[in-house]
Amino acid sequence: MSQTAKSQPIIQMRGVTKRFGNFAALRQIDLDIEAGEVVVLLGPSGSGKSTLIRCINLLETYDEGDVVVDGIRVEEGRALRQVREEVGMVFQAFNLFPNLTVLDNIALGPVRVRKLSWAAAREKARRLLARVGIAEQADKYPIQLSGGQQQRVGIARALAMEPRVLLFDEPTSALDPEMVGEVLDVIKGLAGSGTTMLLVTHEMGFARKVADRIVFMEAGEIKEIASPDTFFTRPESERAQAFLDAVLNH
Amino acid sequence: MDIVSTFFNIDVLVRSMPLLLEGLWRTIALGFLSIVLGLIGGLVLALGRMYAPKPIRLLVIAYVDVFRALPVLVWLVIVYYALPFVGISLSPFASAATALTMISSAYTAEIYRAGIDAIPRGQFEAGQAIGLSTFDLMRDVVLPQAIRIVIPPLTNNSINVMKDTALASVVAMPDLLKQATQAQALAANPTPLIGAAILYLILLLPLVRLVAVFERRLGRSGRR
Repeated sequence: MSQTAKSQPIIQMRGVTKRFGNFAALRQIDLDIEAGEVVVLLGPSGSGKSTLIRCINLLETYDEGDVVVDGIRVEEGRALRQVREEVGMVFQAFNLFPNLTVLDNIALGPVRVRKLSWAAAREKARRLLARVGIAEQADKYPIQLSGGQQQRVGIARALAMEPRVLLFDEPTSALDPEMVGEVLDVIKGLAGSGTTMLLVTHEMGFARKVADRIVFMEAGEIKEIASPDTFFTRPESERAQAFLDAVLNH
Repeated sequence: MDIVSTFFNIDVLVRSMPLLLEGLWRTIALGFLSIVLGLIGGLVLALGRMYAPKPIRLLVIAYVDVFRALPVLVWLVIVYYALPFVGISLSPFASAATALTMISSAYTAEIYRAGIDAIPRGQFEAGQAIGLSTFDLMRDVVLPQAIRIVIPPLTNNSINVMKDTALASVVAMPDLLKQATQAQALAANPTPLIGAAILYLILLLPLVRLVAVFERRLGRSGRR
């Protein structure tokens, strides 16, 4: 590794390649994320953004290269659970457990993985629900909640594990427009709390406000990495300019 | 002789009732044991088929295929009449329970597998993302959801197992059917057979209705 000095990046990707049959979803991805950073991945659909963040907790396997989280190589085996304990994820489709109450959706991880008692884990879950603004929904089942509320439960569930890294895979794409704001507000509140965050989103205004860095992807490659101001005002690559023209001028 | 005194002879029915009830009790015991063991065996097989290393997985597939293809009666006769030649002698009850359990396990394994397959991928991913072990993921997330899907087909299978217990009369187990044929011989009248048929119906008709109720309820709850 070239940089042995000072703090090691919490996430390091080196030459990561992922193929689906003949189609290369990721090509030779190199990316370092510093602890505490908020990084937003942008790019047209099918550019590999979701695949990239799913490689970080191995929901997607990769064919070449290395993904290292906090010094642990991400691969099948004993260390994988350790990685997943440190990396939380919020899904586009929420993926709440319909057979559990809202409270137990959040408490399950701490009980089974962190070995908390149910009482302690539920107590913690109540605090997290208050933090995402839906304390009164604790005893309902996910299906009884609106989409925005469900996604806030999804965020609380990820937070309950006290992860060092949070991955957001298009967290507002499945929401009705009037619910997008409430979820983005919660996410904004988490940024700067010290948790490293990687977000895939199509919300440009939000990306610009919340990101420390923008990573622009296309066709499975990283085309540009820039600060939000630079990226949105004078992107270096033509591809990024074309992308911005398409999404901002409609 | 008229129809009533031939097939519905109350006098004969009352006299043979103790014999029939004794048989009914054995039928229920055999059916219940085979159903419960089949449900457990099937779950083990289903999980083995989905998550075990490849060689075991292939063995499970072979087992499930063979025992779904083999007629129950053939396997029952082999267990009772052929296994003694290799030193395994089982009582009629044990033979019947073994044969029925082994075949029921193969069917329930397929039912469980279909139920687990029906759970969306996102449920597995959400569980994995918070670091759940495969065991916890199954116990807390996947199986509680799959159970709701598989209850109607599992009840159907249980009805089949209960009906197949009648085959045990072939290996001289005094189940309901066997007792009825015995009573028929003693009384020289077929009423006990009709009595046995009615007892089978009393036992199984409610279960058949229950499947319909389950299916309606599952259809109405409209899973996402």
